[in-house]
Amino acid sequence: MSAPEFRNGLVRWIDHRMGIFSFMHHELHEYPTPKNLNYFWNFGSLAGFMLVVMIVTGIFLAMNYTPHVDHAFDSVERIMRDVNYGWMLRFLHANGASFFFIAVYIHLFRGLYYGSYKEPRELLWMLGLVILVLMMATAFMGYVLPWGQMSFWGATVITNLFSAIPWVGESIVTLLWGGFSVDNPTLNRFFSLHYLLPFAIVGVVVLHLWALHTHGSNNPVGIDTKGKQDSLPFHPYYTAKDLFGLGIFVLFYFGFTFFAPDFFGEPDNYIPANPMVTPAHIVPEWYLLPYYAILRSVPDKLGGVLLMFGAIGVLFILPWLDRSPVRSARFRPIYKQVYWLLVADCLVLGWIGANPPDGMFIVIGRAATVYYFAHFLVLLPLLSVFERPLPLPASISEPVLKGGGAAGGTVKPMEKA
Amino acid sequence: MRPANARMFRAGLVALLLALPFAATAAEAPKPPPQPWSYQGVFGVFDRPALQRGFLVYKQVCSACHSMSRLSYRNLLQLGFDEAAAAGFAAEVQIADGPNDEGEMYDRPGRLSDRFKKPFANEKAARASNNGAYPPDLSLMAKARPVGADYSFALLTGYINAPSNVQLMEGMHYNKYFPGFQIAMAPPLAENAVEFPDGTPASIENMARDVVQFLAWAAEPKMEERKRIGVKAMLFVLVLTALLYAVKRKVWAAVH
Repeated sequence: MSAPEFRNGLVRWIDHRMGIFSFMHHELHEYPTPKNLNYFWNFGSLAGFMLVVMIVTGIFLAMNYTPHVDHAFDSVERIMRDVNYGWMLRFLHANGASFFFIAVYIHLFRGLYYGSYKEPRELLWMLGLVILVLMMATAFMGYVLPWGQMSFWGATVITNLFSAIPWVGESIVTLLWGGFSVDNPTLNRFFSLHYLLPFAIVGVVVLHLWALHTHGSNNPVGIDTKGKQDSLPFHPYYTAKDLFGLGIFVLFYFGFTFFAPDFFGEPDNYIPANPMVTPAHIVPEWYLLPYYAILRSVPDKLGGVLLMFGAIGVLFILPWLDRSPVRSARFRPIYKQVYWLLVADCLVLGWIGANPPDGMFIVIGRAATVYYFAHFLVLLPLLSVFERPLPLPASISEPVLKGGGAAGGTVKPMEKA
Repeated sequence: MRPANARMFRAGLVALLLALPFAATAAEAPKPPPQPWSYQGVFGVFDRPALQRGFLVYKQVCSACHSMSRLSYRNLLQLGFDEAAAAGFAAEVQIADGPNDEGEMYDRPGRLSDRFKKPFANEKAARASNNGAYPPDLSLMAKARPVGADYSFALLTGYINAPSNVQLMEGMHYNKYFPGFQIAMAPPLAENAVEFPDGTPASIENMARDVVQFLAWAAEPKMEERKRIGVKAMLFVLVLTALLYAVKRKVWAAVH
């Protein structure tokens, strides 16, 4: 914890006046991290990496994009055909959105499994959810920008949801549209907000990291670190592990970007927006499908909207719904099973969201919606009372060292002098 | 947890998964059969002679009704036409330009920098000449439909006589791959509608296959570049990742 002695004179001079190097040394180098983190703990830094990729590619795309209903689609095709490496920027950005959500969803479900939302990390969890909500808004508005058929009709459907709000709904929709239908003013403000919100996300990410570094990472065992023998300095241990994971992740990301770049997209969005022709099925991007399924499962418009937002809302109060003192699902035999049911339920909701709402789809969609909320509002409070957790290990080092041989309780921190 | 409870939870999970296959089966038109396109796969490239033949089919048949306004004549160089040939294709059309110094609009022969000329001045004119239907722009057709290339090929070769129980609307044609089956476009390809300079027999199937490959190229002219760079990028990241794995192992050696 003591201030490191820097060899470089300039660094020493600056650090004495503004402790930025001490700060970085403290938070990125010696930052004590549980020694037993598995690869699911990579997805936080992976999400951060994707945020940077999205901002960088987005800035260069914006240099070549025209936010006007008469030119937006053409400007995107110009990026694809005539801008140097424009196709690469656009496909990195479009697939990047999907991989950003993949990273964030795995990150979130890791938190659910290992109870990372529990005391003292409730604010950390809630800030993460704020990031998720901002991401969804940003992604939705970004999908509108190419001004294809799905852009236009997706924007029409989603903005119309706000008209369900009593009394002020219609006015809010007019405000969102900048007029009385989805049109040029809508595209202009969506472009402006699509450029703005990522920087708001950066701000909340800083808060998220601040909250994280207050108590440090949770870990697969879910018990607190009990001393130096339980933790490792972040650098080089977790920088090395995160970078290796990043390489694997980028292989998948590039695989789609370069060899199946339209996999996550809709063919309809290669048709320029036409307010006179409605596509047969209006579907949002895959990462919004479960919420879309919940929305359509409720016969009442306002009810559907409330439940859709409630699907995220319920996660905000999760730390107080799950009162079990044990964090990790490893030691919660019943929670471990309902956790996988919840994962399956979310996948079912996504599948329902991709299909037209008729026949069996409605029935399954409603059952899955009910189960989603029952998991949080009924099962978790009940489990907090009735589940008997397995005995917890005395420390993080104990299960790691069991059978592990003579590695010893202390690890050379590999710090520079 | 007691085993009985565990079994119940697992049974629930299985029941949930069993419910999955109840998908709607109300597909309107049959799925277009997949075709063996040379440009598919990681290393697939376009067949240049086929692209040139496909362009001829577009020029002599499709372009009577369908625009391809995202292409310029200069893009034809990529098909393997030399500059004189591409400029020749451009010069075959008259492009409206101007105003000149007198403020008048005038027609001039097309240049390499011009976009493909549209067959109709606007959508109204196109509908007026096509029985009220609007022939869509084909620039992105290969991407604007699910499995666009296979679908386009199936559509071009999918004209059959209407089943006896179907009442065709006036001016419509029956196509087994078109959603709703009744399509305004008359069968566009006839045997030997085009004469290929390389002697390829101009059967309907050959013409359809070539023009669809041309459409696939037109929808993403940078596809070959994308895959070429993609292979290099993947190899680079693969090696980098292997090195990073070695670094990780070395760093963690003391802990494990």
